[in-house]
Formats: sequence, C-alpha cells, structure tokens
Amino acid sequence: MSAAIEVRGLRRVFRGRTGMFGGERVVRAVDGIGFSLAAGDVLGIVGESGCGKSTLGRVIMGLLPPSEGEVLVDGKRLDTLDRRSRARLIQPVFQDPFSSLNPRHTIEQIVGLPLAAQGDVTGRQRRERVMEMLSRVGLSAEMASRMPAQLSGGQRQRVAIARALVLRPRIVVCDEPTSALDVSVQAQILNLLAELRRELGLTYLFISHNLAVVEHIATEVAVMYLGRFVEQAPVDDLFRAPQHPYTRALLASVLTPEPGLGIPDVGLGESYPDPANIPPGCRFHPRCPIAEARCQTESPEGRRPGGRLVECLLVDGQAVSDPVRVPA
Amino acid sequence: MKPVLEVANLRVSFASGTRAVRGISLAVQRGETHCLVGESGCGKSVSSLAIMNLLARGATRSADILRFHDTDLLKLTERQMAQLRGDKLAMIFQEPMTSLNPAYTIGSQMAEALTRHRRISRAKALDRAAELLERVGITAPGMRLAQYPHQLSGGLRQRVMIAMALMCDPELLIADEPTTALDVTVQAQILRLLQTLQRELGLALLLITHDLGIVARMAQRVSVMYAGEVVESASAEALFARPTHPYTRGLLECIPIPGASRRDAPLGSIPGVVPRIGPDFKGCGFRDRCAHAAPICAEMAPLQHAAPNHDYLCRLPPDWPEAAAA
Repeated sequence: MSAAIEVRGLRRVFRGRTGMFGGERVVRAVDGIGFSLAAGDVLGIVGESGCGKSTLGRVIMGLLPPSEGEVLVDGKRLDTLDRRSRARLIQPVFQDPFSSLNPRHTIEQIVGLPLAAQGDVTGRQRRERVMEMLSRVGLSAEMASRMPAQLSGGQRQRVAIARALVLRPRIVVCDEPTSALDVSVQAQILNLLAELRRELGLTYLFISHNLAVVEHIATEVAVMYLGRFVEQAPVDDLFRAPQHPYTRALLASVLTPEPGLGIPDVGLGESYPDPANIPPGCRFHPRCPIAEARCQTESPEGRRPGGRLVECLLVDGQAVSDPVRVPA
Repeated sequence: MKPVLEVANLRVSFASGTRAVRGISLAVQRGETHCLVGESGCGKSVSSLAIMNLLARGATRSADILRFHDTDLLKLTERQMAQLRGDKLAMIFQEPMTSLNPAYTIGSQMAEALTRHRRISRAKALDRAAELLERVGITAPGMRLAQYPHQLSGGLRQRVMIAMALMCDPELLIADEPTTALDVTVQAQILRLLQTLQRELGLALLLITHDLGIVARMAQRVSVMYAGEVVESASAEALFARPTHPYTRGLLECIPIPGASRRDAPLGSIPGVVPRIGPDFKGCGFRDRCAHAAPICAEMAPLQHAAPNHDYLCRLPPDWPEAAAA
C-alpha cells in the first residue's frame, strides 16, 4: 500500500547576515527529515521553540520551498502540482485563530474561499458545502453571517478547521492548533479533530510543544531537536519507553496535575540550542546529562537501535525501564 | 500567624462597566506558595495588578481589607506605594522581553532596582546583582551584567527577572505566569529555582497561572477563579483529591495526562464560553456552562465549606460528587 504522505530527505536552510558587517548566518532549520505515514494516522511532531517544527510544517505544505528533498501525497510529488491541486491534497490549521482568519470576511466567505478558488462549483453548491462543513465542526448555521471578531477563540478555531476540510483534503497539517486556547476549549477542539479524523479518514501532521496533547491525539510521535527527528516511534512505545535522553527529559518536564510530586530536575543545564550553530557529533551533546567523549565527534544520524529511530550513540535497543527519570 | 498579604472582598471595575474582579479574598503566609488559577479573562491578572495598584486608568478598585503585614495598602499614596513596590513587594511578569528595557544593560537595570530604594553606591549594587545572577543559576554573571536583553535567551531573561525582583530582599513575590512563554524543560528549571529560593528566603509567593500542573506541583494553597470570583479555595492536596466546585471538576477532566487518559475516549470538556459580567450581573457566573445549574443559580451562589479551610461557591452540597456517582 502506498503511503498517504511520504517525506524524503527534507532540508531547509535560511541564510542571513548577523549585522551590517557580520558574517553569514546559516540556519539549518530542517536538517534531513524523512518519514511516511499511512492514511488515517496522526504523526505528532514535538519539540521546543526553535527546533524547526513549524518550518517543517510550512515546507511540507509548500508554503516554503525546500532546499533539498521532496514531499509526496498519494504518490504525487507536491512540487510538480499547481496550487489548486495541491490545495485539494493538503491543508493547514494554524495556531492563532485571531490572525489566520480575514477580519473583513464573513464566516461563510472564509470557509467558502477554498471552494471559490477551485472555481468548479456553483454558488449554490458552495453554500451547501459550507453549511454542511459548519455543522460538522459544531457551528450553528447562524454563524455563517458573522464576522471573526464576533466569535470566541474556540469558535474561530472551528472555522479554521472547517476551512481546512471543505475541500476534503487527504492531509491536514495542524501547527499548534490548541496552544492559544484555554484548557476547557482545547479539549473541545481536540475531541473535534479526533472525531473528524475517524469520520473522514483524515491523516494529520500534528505539530505541538505540548506532549500531553500529542499523546492524546497522535498514533505516531516524532521528537524534533535542532532540525532532525531524534526519536520516532508509535505513541505507546514512545511514552512508555522513551529511549533518547532528550525525549526522556521532555517527558520528565511535563507537569501533570498530581500534587506532592514537586518539580522534576530535568538535568539539561543552561546551554540553549542555537540552530545557527549546530554542535558537531551528536547535536544534543552539550545539554545531554549522559554524554560521553565520543558524542562530541561521532554522529548518531540514522541510528535505529532495536528497530526504531533513536539518534543516540548510547542507546543500544534494550528497554529502558524507568520512563521519566533522567540519570542525575 | 499573621499573613504577609491579606485581601478581603477585593473588587475591580472597568470604565466599560465590566466587573473584572467581584469580591475575592485570600491570604498568603510567609514561606507559602498560594496559586491563583483560572482561564483567560477570569480576573487573575487584574487582581494582582489591583494589589500592586498598577491598574490601567479607568479601572477602579475597592476592598474591605488590603494589607501587607501591618500596612494598609488602600491608605497609601501613589508615592508611598511606589516605594514599597520593587522593594518589599516584588513582581515578575510573563513576558521577560517586554518587561526588560531593551536599551539598557542587564547590570544597569538590576542596579537601579536597588539604588532606587536604598542609599547604596552603584558599584555595590552591581556586586549584589552579580551575586543574585549567580544565585539564580547564571554562569559568568560579570559578562551577563554587561549584556542587553536581546542577547539573552528566554530562559536566561526570566532568570534575570527573578534575580531583579530579589534585589531588595522582598517579602512578597507576585509572579504572573512566570513560565508561560518558556519551553517545558526551561519551565521546570525556572519553577525549581523559584521553589528553592522561596524555601531558603522564606518568601510569600502569590503565583498566578492557568496551568493546573504547575498548581499541583508548586502550591500549598489554591484559589480557583472564574468570572471574577474565587469559586473554590483549598489546600493543594484537598483541591486535587476532592475538587468540589463543578468548574474545578470540569477543568481537571479537560487535561490530558500522559499514560493515564484513554486515547480513544474523548477528553472531558466544558461547553460554552465565559459570560460578560456587567454591573447588573447576579447569580452564579458559571451557570450557563454548568450541567448542574438550577433556577436558584440565576439568583445566587452561596459560599459553603466542604471541609475546614476548603470553601466553594455553589448551591450543591459538599458530597454531591459522590451522590452523582452513586
């Protein structure tokens, strides 16, 4: 069976100057990423700010051209397609529902725009499909004539989802779709996304910094650090037995609402990663609590100890028993 | 023991008629972390600004009691309040990028915090700044003092904010979402630091957050805010073991917990949105979103005790969760 989406050797480099007389600053935001995903799967992509996860999403959607590599949806290379065909295959939902909707358009115009741009449906068909989509995302018909400013954050995110789905795309790229929302509303949107995936057989790329949210919605999880997936595994395996020291630190940092546990010591030190200055050897070694001398020179890229991707020289594929403790 | 901060029946209204804070009461003891938790717009930040008398023009505050140790904050002139602020009463804001001045070095901003309140030389103040930077886990403090805010990462900036707040040995620290803009690994580091400092210096900490995970791990006491009121107030253990207000219970069910929540089952969620609270609003602010609302809720929500030191604002009896489950 061919994959719903396949990404091969994707790279994206940004070049800039550090100052008027400064040297060239080269940021390898996406630094060699490949994966494939079956229809109906949800790949959660987690990582901290600056790891390149949003750039990855934009390159996959074709909003930024890649420096290298290709993206295939249903076996078709996206860069060979025109914008209209691409829009029928892959659609975005962004983080901020306050800036991603045109404030001067009605909800009906916003949700109908992708259909109008395709130019192959009548006004009446368009209206029908917009109304059907609004009801699917839980918005009443009277919302159609409202403006974004009249809606709450959660309602706006429902509009953004309706707009993404109105063309019935194969892939939806959700970039932090609930990060701007309160927890009570976040839960509504997560439930809606999960329900729509089941009903419409959608495939999601779900980009988030929130591990708890990703655990809830993803079937497969990739942990991104300085432009690469340093670990990728089915969701249960990753959360039950995280292998990469970075994954383990990330998981240890999740503050679950359990009183008495205190604040964990994640043991990462204060050297923050800089994508313009990726360390040699293992890119995580300056922050790694278990790094050895060889981690400074030897690259762990592409290692698959025990059958799953874990880009760490020190992981041998044996199960790690204690999932949320990093050695002090 | 007398609390460091005591607030009774604090109210804030905006010029638009919106009542942002509707009679909240709380007390923070020395060495205690009190968390004020709620979703956006519930009035938690406005409450802290009202305590510090930093409300924007057009907003009015009133209270029965607003006391810092023996000082009645309601009676202070703006000049007297300015002397207290940043001295014995310090505050940390969410955005370290916007609360540090981009045009001055870290050193000169930190030194000013001290020279403004004490008769002390700039050189001595800089020594104190370096000492505190080291205290909050910043290596090479001498170098950092000479740098500008944009040269520091978000985590470092937040450490600088904490160090700056400690310059005058405050007794009360109000931290408004101090880690919300940070990554989870950095958040854990900053919260650990706050906890250690608080223990060692005996600080009273009023921590404002929307994150119940932070509340569980940091607080001794918790006040849950909704639509301008404290709807439940308890010790952290009691609140998580026996949440009693329907809003608190709903909020806890919304949080996905790695390894614990069932993925194929939907998360609990609270339908609807927060109401606008105008001057004529009465009754329970949560009733439109509450599955247990009754006609009386449009009139009033009584203050009840679930246990000693565990209060909630709702018509339901304290044992309603068990009764509903049975």
